[in-house]
Amino acid sequence: MQRHFDDELKELHKEILQMGVMAQEAIYKSIEALKNRDKALAEDVINADTKIDRLELIIDERCVDLIARHQPMAGDLRFLTTGMKVNAELERIADLAVDIAQRVLELVDKPLLKPLIDIPKLSVIAQKMVRDAIDSFVNRDAELARKVVLSDPEADKLRNIVQDELINDYMAKDPKTASRAVPLLLIARHLERICDHTTNIAEDVIYMVEAKVVKHHPEEI
Amino acid sequence: MSKITTKNLNLWYGSFQALKDVNSSFQANKITAIIGPSGCGKSTLLRTFNRMNDLIDGVRTKGEILIDNEDILSQQADLVSLRKKVGMVFQRPNPFPLSIYENIVFGQKIHVGRVNRNALDGIVENSLKSVLLWEELRDKLNTPALRLSLEQKQRLCIARLIAVKPDVLLMDEPCSTLDPQATAKIEELMRELKNNYSIIIVTHNMQQAARVSDDTGFMLLGELIEFARTEDIFTKPRDKRTEDYITGRYG
Repeated sequence: MQRHFDDELKELHKEILQMGVMAQEAIYKSIEALKNRDKALAEDVINADTKIDRLELIIDERCVDLIARHQPMAGDLRFLTTGMKVNAELERIADLAVDIAQRVLELVDKPLLKPLIDIPKLSVIAQKMVRDAIDSFVNRDAELARKVVLSDPEADKLRNIVQDELINDYMAKDPKTASRAVPLLLIARHLERICDHTTNIAEDVIYMVEAKVVKHHPEEI
Repeated sequence: MSKITTKNLNLWYGSFQALKDVNSSFQANKITAIIGPSGCGKSTLLRTFNRMNDLIDGVRTKGEILIDNEDILSQQADLVSLRKKVGMVFQRPNPFPLSIYENIVFGQKIHVGRVNRNALDGIVENSLKSVLLWEELRDKLNTPALRLSLEQKQRLCIARLIAVKPDVLLMDEPCSTLDPQATAKIEELMRELKNNYSIIIVTHNMQQAARVSDDTGFMLLGELIEFARTEDIFTKPRDKRTEDYITGRYG
């Protein structure tokens, strides 16, 4: 029964996984570009974004097409509506990686303000959250999704540390450092936003698997 | 508020058990859909509510069916008043080979006896208005009902029921012979009617159940597997058998 529809769902699954891999790669490369002051790699991230945008449209179209032609119900319906949301979140995540790459281009020709310690740490958390969120979607694993949601405060904390340090230890003491501090501040902010989008994915996965709405209900996690 | 309640309802056609311990509660002024694969017992359940199954040889029923807290399976139950209170619409519209007017007043003549012409005219007008046919047919009341379109015939059959002031409307696949446009009109009518009647619809069309009903019951092999708010049944059913059926993976 339903072999054709199931095949189409599998195809959609693959495409969303591919979108997730591309978004992860964009984050990884943008942070590598920052660490290695690699202009070409940053430009690579910016240029690759059109591919991600194109895939977003393909996934969206497939979801609408499947809804229109099969009128899915129950678990299938939750999978498709979640798939559409995950798709949009991944596209936003990839855009934020582009934002990071643009900040890298602003910094690349200037001397480094300070050794990078917390931003790489934050990027490790962000990448792990994205990877786990995608795995939770692919494997319909609500427990893993819960772990993703619960790791978001750690990302917020690190962002605050970076922010406090850049503002108090650099910009407040020497306003001339602003042109190098602000891009770093924004990069921390972009990484923290990536974690927020990842949290959204994880909350949607919990709904998909358990039919339970945890979004805006932290007590339900 | 519960309009119809079944308690441990069992029904056999000879040695075949068609309903197994059905416990359910159908709410007043709501549309409840019963869904399930062919032969699951959904039409049988529907037909117990006005004891239509009594017409079949070898039928045996056990358990209780309470309508407004009265057990309609008891020896004392009055079948004529039960069928007046609980009307039924069938798959194929079945108007009598009479005029539109005579179709609508037919039930009045049986249940009430002699009624003066003015009162009958009022009943015809109100019944046709209830099914949104009055404007179309007010000048054609003496036309044979068999000349109407399928959808008009189905509406007329609903008007014929309404004329005898029932409380409950049972609908057994009422749109299965209609095209999508006519189906949409009947569904719209159902939404209008639920303000005054409790409606139970048996349908194979899951999209129809999802569109039109407030509550949905899923039946399988004579059992009521799951009964819940329609939005819950179609987005987050609790039972895997319900999920398999509504996602097309059953069987």
